[in-house]
Formats: sequence, structure tokens, C-alpha cells
Amino acid sequence: MKSSLRRTLAIALRQFYLMRGSPTRLLPMFAWVAVDVLLWGFITRYLNQVSKAGFDFVPALLGAVLMWDFFSRVMQGVTTAFLEDVWSRNFLNLFATPLRIGEYLGGLVLTSVLGSLVGLAVMLLLASGMFGFSFFDYGLLLLPFLLVLFCFGIALGIAASAVVLRFGPASEWLVWPIPALLSPFVGVFYPLSTLPAWMQAIGHCLPPSYVFEGMRALVLQQSFAPQQLILGATLALLQILLACWFFARVHTGALRSGLIARYSAESVS
Amino acid sequence: MDFFHASPNSPIPHAQPRVLEVRQLAKRYGRREAVAGISFSVHRHEIVGLLGPNGAGKTTTINMLLGVLAGDGGEIRIDGLDLKRQRSQALGRTNFAAIYAPLPGNLSVRQNLRLFGMLYDVPALETRIGELLEQFELQTLAETKCGLLSSGEQTRVSLAKAMLNQPRLLLLDEPTASLDPAKAHELRQLIRGIATEHDTGILWTSHNMQEVEAVCDRVLFLSRGRILLEGDPRQLPRAHGYENLDALFIGLAGEGLQEARP
Repeated sequence: MKSSLRRTLAIALRQFYLMRGSPTRLLPMFAWVAVDVLLWGFITRYLNQVSKAGFDFVPALLGAVLMWDFFSRVMQGVTTAFLEDVWSRNFLNLFATPLRIGEYLGGLVLTSVLGSLVGLAVMLLLASGMFGFSFFDYGLLLLPFLLVLFCFGIALGIAASAVVLRFGPASEWLVWPIPALLSPFVGVFYPLSTLPAWMQAIGHCLPPSYVFEGMRALVLQQSFAPQQLILGATLALLQILLACWFFARVHTGALRSGLIARYSAESVS
Repeated sequence: MDFFHASPNSPIPHAQPRVLEVRQLAKRYGRREAVAGISFSVHRHEIVGLLGPNGAGKTTTINMLLGVLAGDGGEIRIDGLDLKRQRSQALGRTNFAAIYAPLPGNLSVRQNLRLFGMLYDVPALETRIGELLEQFELQTLAETKCGLLSSGEQTRVSLAKAMLNQPRLLLLDEPTASLDPAKAHELRQLIRGIATEHDTGILWTSHNMQEVEAVCDRVLFLSRGRILLEGDPRQLPRAHGYENLDALFIGLAGEGLQEARP
């Protein structure tokens, strides 16, 4: 096996061991998804009852919530895997090995892929079993929708990890609210046109906006502009590259300042 | 009984190839010069003691050799490979154990060895893990989480991890600091054996001068980021008018402090 792939797998295997050994790590993969499915499932059911228009809120609202949950799982899959190394003060051991930054990030992404797929499966089972929702209502477009959200989740997860690497373990609290902070700008529940101009400008820089706009167009008008999704996908891929560059820059800076060697001290000054 | 003596030190293996070559290595933290252009080497089968008072620059030097701290100048070659340009390959021939870098406590001994074995791309990994568990008497602890081990057991696990890739350069930062005298004696013998039987050179830091005298072929005395003295730990004290290595250490550390005074 190629050594580079083997090192990448080692990073993911570590997370597998941790999850296997600790149910408290497994629970968040299901628990929040289940809570969201229940909450929004019943809200959409209620809205379907009270609205006379015959409009089906399930694919528009519950679908949006589930997609946003998927994005959050992907992002937190990367950051949680990274934080495991922060919590166990493992940087000195890790970065003194032949491990390259690309391999390390690849391992974090692989962990996130596996974790978020499990979360996605649970999400789909619950949503279809309890509320008759199916992601396949979106047809083949489901795949590019999920792919764009996945790529943006990876980009944001890597960027957030770089921030924690730069500012130390205490900056972990910055990571958790990122999805909640972004959600008003990407129009999870409403069209971007609802927002004031400055919020729209930010929204247009964020790939999920294109997914949710596309999803709404598909559900409400049965039409879809593929160029919008292509733009979202291009943005997401660019942002992954930017995030990797940012992480590598922070890592190089940490090597120069001595932060990696004395990470738990949070500062080298 | 001499509990310190690991084995008679073989002739200094200067004829052996160099596993570590450091030239003009320097590191500054702001205005403070932590390491001031030091040069030294370690040969195969050789144990070199890196000595000095707290803050002398020992750990900074080791961190630079491990690639986790970038130097401001100078060159590090590990087994002929430039650490800056061939980082991954050079670190593949290095390993270390330090009391301040325990392996993740939430993984078992075997899991840790497996993961680090994969990171170091160790061939026939499961066989190698079996050998190390036996060599470091860890068989009964293989499935125990590292966080549950005593400090002595953790040291043995760290050393087993450090030997996974049969490194050409082994860096040991106070490896016996947490061990009782009997375990420390066993460990010194084991490390001496590693240097003798493998193509490994060892850089060892310790504040235990009797240990250094028993184990090291050569010592480098570091103070305020500079190498003040270098030589055979059994001959250096008398050559400089001191009774033993402890007295030499105290004397040199004191001179270092005097130098620092305005």
C-alpha cells in the first residue's frame, strides 16, 4: 500500500477506534439529526394542515433542514476529528512523524465522509419513515446538491481547524456556532431576495445559497438553473483549496513560532 | 552493586556513518537567542548526551531535530537527508520518546502502536508490534488504554513507539525521569542494546549525571544555546578540574549564569 495512503488511513482509523470505544462520540452523529427531523417533521406536518393552498412543506422545509444538518455534520466531522488531537495533546507526536499536511487533512476529510454518511442514512430513514419525506423527490439533482454542501462543509471544517491551530485550544468555542451563524445568509428557509443587499452579497459568496435557491426553484416552480449550481460547486471547490492553503500557512507559522511543540500552552509569548 | 552501569561503553564509533549532522543551527524567540548556531553530529551505534541546565536550549534543539520547530538558520541532515527539503523521508528515519509527549491516553497500547506504525509506514506491522510488546514487556497491557498506565508503563510504551520504525536517529528526552531505579537500570541496558545492535544513533537528554556517565559515549554541554564543552563523560570532569560530572555540570551551569550577568 502506498505510504501516503497508509498515513491518511491511519488518521481515519484513529477516529474509528475512538468512536468504537466510546458511545458518547457516536451519539451526536444520530441525536441532533433525530431531534431536527422530529422537530421540523412535525412543524411541516402542522403547516401542511393549516395551509389551505395545498402546498407541500415537507420537501421545501424538512428537506432544507436535513440538507443543512448534512452540511453541519460534514463540517463538524472534520473539526471534531481535528479537536481529538487537540484534546489528547497529540500534535507533537503526530507532526514529528513523516505525515504530510495533505495526508493529515485527507485523513480528517475521510473521517468526516464516513461519519456524515452514517448521519445521512439515519436522517433519511427517520424522515422517510415518519414523515414520508424522500431526498429522491429532488431526482438526480440530489447528488450535486449534497456534493456542493459536502465540499463547503469540508472547506469550512478545515478553515475552522486552522483557526483553532492558530489560536489554541480555548478557541474551540469559535467552531461550534459557525453553521448557525451562516444559516441566515444562505437562505436555508427563504429566498436570498428576502435579505437586505449586504446580506445577499455575503450569501452569494457561500455555496449553500445556490443549493437552497436551486432546491426551492425545483420544489416550487419545477424548474432549475444548472449554471447556478455550477457556480456554487466552483465556489465550494475554490474554498476547499483556499482552506487547505490557509491550514498549511497556519501550520508553517506554528512551526516557526514553536506553537506546535508547545501547543497546550496556547501561546509562545 | 553498580545499578547505573549499563555496559562498558564501546570505543567511540566515530568511524561509523553519521546519522545526524547539525550545522550552525539557530533559533530565536523574539530577542532571546534559544539556540545560537550550534554544530554537532551523532554516529551510528553512538549515544550522545545533550546536557545543560533548564533553559539551555536542549528541548528547543530536539524540537528542531523532530521537525516540529523551524530553525532560523543552519542545516539538519538525518541519515544524509536534509530535514528541510526531504522532511517526510528524514522523519521516517527518526523517532523519539519524551516524557512531555505521551501517546493518546484514549487509545490502547496496541492501537497506538498500530496507528504510529502506519504513520511511519512500518512493513509487517503486526509482527513488529508483537516483537515490541515482548521486548518492552507490554504483552499484558496491549489492550489497556494508555491513559490508565503508570508513568513507568507509559514510558515503556513511548519507547516501543519510538522503536517501531527502527530509526536511524533516536531522540530521547529524559527517558528515565519517571522510572524507579530498577526500571531505569533495565531501560538503560535496553537502550544501550539498541545502540549496539541496531544501526541507530541516539541523542539523549538527562539531568541524571551518573546515568549519563554510564550510558553515553560522548556528551555535549549546552548553556544559553551554545555548546560549551564536548567529550567523553568519564574523562571530561578531571580534564577540567572537577571530581565528577555532577560537579562539572554545576560549575558550567554557574559559569553560564555569570556570563549572562551584565
